[in-house]
Amino acid sequence: MATEFRISGDRCLLAVYGRGVDLAVNEKVRQMTTLLTSGQPQPGIVAAVGSYCTLSVTYDPLLIGFQELTGLLLGMEKTLGQATVPEAKTVDIPVCYGDDFGPDLDFVAGHNNLSTDEVVCLHSAAAYRIYAIGFAPGFCYLGGLDPRLHAPRLDTPRLNVAAGSVGIAGSQTGVYPLTSPGGWRLIGRTPLRLFAPERQQPILYKPGDTIRFRSISTDEFQHLHQVDSR
Amino acid sequence: MTDALRILSPGPCTTVQDLGRFGHYHMGVPVSGALDNYAARIANWLVGNPDNCATLEMSLIGAGMEFLCPADIAITGAAMQPQINGRPCRQWTSIRVSHGDILHLGAADNGCRAYLAISGGIEVPLVLGSRSTYLGGQLGGLDGRMLTAGDILQRGVGPLLHATKTLPWFPLYPETALLRAIAGPHDDYFHNHLQQFFDATFKVTAQINRMGARLEGPTIHRDTTAPESILSEPIIPGNVQIPAGGQPIVLLMEQTIGGYTNIATVISIDIWRMGQAKPGDEVRFIPVHLEKAHQLYREWAGFLTSTKALLERA
Repeated sequence: MATEFRISGDRCLLAVYGRGVDLAVNEKVRQMTTLLTSGQPQPGIVAAVGSYCTLSVTYDPLLIGFQELTGLLLGMEKTLGQATVPEAKTVDIPVCYGDDFGPDLDFVAGHNNLSTDEVVCLHSAAAYRIYAIGFAPGFCYLGGLDPRLHAPRLDTPRLNVAAGSVGIAGSQTGVYPLTSPGGWRLIGRTPLRLFAPERQQPILYKPGDTIRFRSISTDEFQHLHQVDSR
Repeated sequence: MTDALRILSPGPCTTVQDLGRFGHYHMGVPVSGALDNYAARIANWLVGNPDNCATLEMSLIGAGMEFLCPADIAITGAAMQPQINGRPCRQWTSIRVSHGDILHLGAADNGCRAYLAISGGIEVPLVLGSRSTYLGGQLGGLDGRMLTAGDILQRGVGPLLHATKTLPWFPLYPETALLRAIAGPHDDYFHNHLQQFFDATFKVTAQINRMGARLEGPTIHRDTTAPESILSEPIIPGNVQIPAGGQPIVLLMEQTIGGYTNIATVISIDIWRMGQAKPGDEVRFIPVHLEKAHQLYREWAGFLTSTKALLERA
């Protein structure tokens, strides 16, 4: 579809590149975001953030007008074939599955007529595209959960889900970056701090990157947890 | 850095806020910052601070505090009947306080949020470039939380004034806030109800916080062909979201992404007016086009510049 520009107030424009959860559309969003945020800063562009199909550009109306900005974006879009845009990364997230870290692993297995080992295998075999980041700092909206692992949310959310908990809700999987209430079925936990504001890189990935979960032992969890807390 | 004040009674939601945390939106870190950045700026200018010094934002009911060093303070925003050592004092002016002085603020009887600036600014660690409290993310401000009794806050380095500074006018907050807004980004989901939205008067509910303000009024229906929710998209302060029930929510400082459609967006220079509307007040949305909004933005930038110059000379 032709790019659709939407007005989101006097300082923000939304460029919509397609519909639905679509890898090609999201890749276009990622490349546009990367072009806008790397290299020479564009005068008047304050921020560029992508989600599933939509690029949000915050601008300073004292420095750039709406028409000028849409013209710039359309021109940039035309160069996407030739421009060298850095590749997206694949980020490895170690997860200790089951037991205290994954109190719902048995439920997810039972719900799908699988063994818990099969759940762990399937969950850690897939590549998950980060379609968007938001809701909480470092929280990823991931695509690519195996349909054999879908599971309904808890009827009553837990009041306290530990930071790093890995869960499943419907057709989504994700990691809680901060300790918070939550209704996802918990299958494991990562020892990594997904959001650490004092770290040089507060989060470990960007929208458009891919996450792979790697199954680790309780010992390795404890070891990595100590390393990451330093 | 000097111990500046001790909180005696915190009020229901008192936080440390500067003008916001920019450039971290792609990490899911929202802007935060003063809900009324106009009043927060003026408070800083009245005590001779730069725009972006951290202030105390107090919602609905003000705080009580004891000062621990000599300083200039200014209280702006909502009218909260401030008293120092039991004697009424004025807002929108600088006040010299001494060690041991006790400031007490009451309930807001005009407006919703008051700001207290102090010479040198409230000194808390910078987190991702800002001192603003982000309650949902438990970061910034004082340990990422609202203030409680006994908290001691420090102030940065800043000279005391040679003479009192006073704003020559006195902003009053109307019982019906008029918020200029641009249709969209999802106005095409509301073809048949956009006019109804701009004609309606909404009431501010008790559900107001730093994330958003829930309004109640006539139900705003989506067009029958429009979906109830959308794939999550970036959202900004000022977006007016219409969730399933059809009662609008004006999104404020603590959100980055949302899955509901936004019928209109309050222009950036009017968000402070929403921040000063308290439960029971009314809100109306006045349609403006983008070109007009940009003209208003330039005029407002000019007004702020001249106000700042005026207070620097004072």
